[in-house]
Amino acid sequence: MELFIAIFTGTIIAATPLIFAALGELVVEKSGVLNLGIEGMMLMGAALAFWAVTAGYSMPVAILAGALAGAAASLLFGVLALTFLTNQYAAGLALAIFGSGVSAFLGRGFGSEPIEALHGVRIPVLSDLPVLGPLIFRFDPLVYLALLMFVAISWFLYRTKAGLILRTIGESPQTSHAIGYPVIRIRYMAVLFGGLMAGLAGAYLSVAYTPLWVENMTAGKGWIALALVVFATWQPLRVLLGAWLFGGMTILQLQGQALGLQVPSELLSALPYLATIVVLVLISRNRQMLALHFPASLAKPFRPAS
Amino acid sequence: MQPRLELRNISKRYPGVVANDDVSLTIQPGEIHAVLGENGAGKSTLMKIIYGAAQADSGEIYCDGNLIAAHNPAMSRSLGIEMVYQHFALFESVSVVENIALSASSAFNLPSLAEKIRELSLRYGMPIDPHRQVHDLSVGERQRVEIVRCLLQAPKLLILDEPTSVLTPQAVVKLFGTLRQLAAEGCSIVYISHKLDEVQELCDTATVLRNGKVTGTARPKETTSLELARMMVGSRLPEMHVSPAAPSEKPVLEVRNLSAKARDHFGVDLEDVSFNVHGGEIVGLAGVSGNGQAELIALLSGERRHAQGDAIKINGTAAAALRPDERRRLGLAFVPEERLGRGAVPSHTLWENAVLTAHRFGTVRNGLVDRRRAAAFATGIIDRFKVKANGPDATAQSLSGGNLQKFIVGREIALAPKLLLVSQPTWGVDVGASAFIRQTIVDLSRAGTAVFVVSEELDELFEICDRLLVICKGRVSPPLVRTSTDREEIGLLMTGRTMGKDQTGGSSVALQD
Repeated sequence: MELFIAIFTGTIIAATPLIFAALGELVVEKSGVLNLGIEGMMLMGAALAFWAVTAGYSMPVAILAGALAGAAASLLFGVLALTFLTNQYAAGLALAIFGSGVSAFLGRGFGSEPIEALHGVRIPVLSDLPVLGPLIFRFDPLVYLALLMFVAISWFLYRTKAGLILRTIGESPQTSHAIGYPVIRIRYMAVLFGGLMAGLAGAYLSVAYTPLWVENMTAGKGWIALALVVFATWQPLRVLLGAWLFGGMTILQLQGQALGLQVPSELLSALPYLATIVVLVLISRNRQMLALHFPASLAKPFRPAS
Repeated sequence: MQPRLELRNISKRYPGVVANDDVSLTIQPGEIHAVLGENGAGKSTLMKIIYGAAQADSGEIYCDGNLIAAHNPAMSRSLGIEMVYQHFALFESVSVVENIALSASSAFNLPSLAEKIRELSLRYGMPIDPHRQVHDLSVGERQRVEIVRCLLQAPKLLILDEPTSVLTPQAVVKLFGTLRQLAAEGCSIVYISHKLDEVQELCDTATVLRNGKVTGTARPKETTSLELARMMVGSRLPEMHVSPAAPSEKPVLEVRNLSAKARDHFGVDLEDVSFNVHGGEIVGLAGVSGNGQAELIALLSGERRHAQGDAIKINGTAAAALRPDERRRLGLAFVPEERLGRGAVPSHTLWENAVLTAHRFGTVRNGLVDRRRAAAFATGIIDRFKVKANGPDATAQSLSGGNLQKFIVGREIALAPKLLLVSQPTWGVDVGASAFIRQTIVDLSRAGTAVFVVSEELDELFEICDRLLVICKGRVSPPLVRTSTDREEIGLLMTGRTMGKDQTGGSSVALQD
């Protein structure tokens, strides 16, 4: 039982940063914009949040600072890709590299001391339940926020007019513009939201998941988040399941290493990345599904006709 | 009476062209007003100006007597001006009701909006199911969605841009019924078209445009087609010469029981398609777009291959499993529907584009391009087919649609094909160039080439084809001889209604006619 609880809670926690980052990117891509810079935005968020904690700010302020750092980085991308119509692939890659460099630079003064991690919640009665308490009701608040974001984003995309507008802009910005929607402004908002979420993901890594600062501590999670969105065929539920799958594999391979499996640890560490991609490739082969959910104008620059 | 809409001295220039030159017109409430002109006469620009999607350089627009100062589409909608575009502004991935909700000003309540759509569409005799996804709808149904979307706003002025170009003759009759009902209720209608018969049947008044200028206003019901045509195209009225066909004994193209699944969700499955094309004749394929034409053309050209090799035979050789270049070696030439992107590389020069299909004709030696010969080859096409271009070094995208089409058709004809496939030969091409291209195709066939034409323009098919096939939902009708069929029969077949009447004998029966 102990082991099961450990694996279950570990899975949920390991998936949390991916849920934030991938759901954010999902919203961005649904608007027809491809921001490849998640890794960079996450690193900015991680660095800023960590710095805020060491500078003595409270945890909520630090997390907010991380999210805003991600949003600020995404604004840079937005200006390049949406205002100056730079190639989105290039702008996104630049952001990824830029974020990694800037965060490493900022992090030089952080030292290698861990900080006190974000606490789990204490809900009267519920948290003290046997089994269910440690299983479900003792996570840190950001874990619950990630699930809340999943519900909110699904609802927003498929139940509200604003979500409909966002999705149709991703299909045909020309048509949306012709109907009279401010395509560029809406895409900016989507990009900023994506940055905010990536920043949150980064903050989660540095103040909750592994509460210390290491250069490039995201270790490719931004790229996995990107892959998640594609292989989840742009559907929020599949993003969530994919993130959990990745989290589960991460924890399992850690357990495997702890048990002393006779497999090089580098290979075991690669396992979550490999398994997630393989599974998602298998379930995303349905072309009809792809055609229905793929934002048709993804990564195509749009300039409103005069 | 206060006019619903008045344009005074509207001018609009784009770099290199004057799209509208001092255009004035007046539209009364409840009037159906035609704006008539050839492709490129400036009709669409004028409509965009009325709707506010483009701004006039000079001139004034009055709506119900009030000057519209700063114009844009939102302003139009607040004034009750609605527009049905030629290319529909619908999102494929969402449902009808969601599409309409996007442009509705009312609260976001899908169930009540769906109910309104159902009601309104029934009232005007064009039922649509609000919950279907748009990508599942036929073109005619999509147009209904567009019209219903406008009607929901209770418009005072409705603009329709070439609304019948995608409809079957029967659907046109229905549309006209709806428009008359609307006009009777006081809505003004601006009807853009280049089809004289439709304008004469439907419209109260017509403003004729040529080269951006108003060349006349008329009451089309009291004016002869010839007079209207003169106003439209000036003095030049091209005439076709089609001599009787002399089909070869053996077919050049044989298609036998060809079936193929659609490549994606948006395509159409082909079911058991069989027909022949003989040397010296032109066979046309009629049908509303999206009924399998794209799939058939891809299979014939070799862009898509088929496992069952003898389902398509070219000059007796099983060709269905061959690559496009192997089929070209058998004497196939192909003019695709999209000029830019499929027929030619937009940013490349004409001589480079010529080399793309003419590489076996001396323009490439030992794997190297012989520039001089390629340029000479391209120049030959430019001269022979009267292409208006800045020499063989002009890029494909710098040519007008008509001239590029002439170049591409010319390039394929210069290959001296035994079999020519042409898809939409004159789409978006002006009347003069259209006539030239059609005549060229006819001449080629009379010289012995087998020609297969896919077109959505029935007039065009009736003008040049010897036999006609109709495609509907992936099935192809038995061939009909042009001289013994009419638009009525073809139109019925296009909707799939009389499919399957005495199929015995197939093509051979029609041939003996």
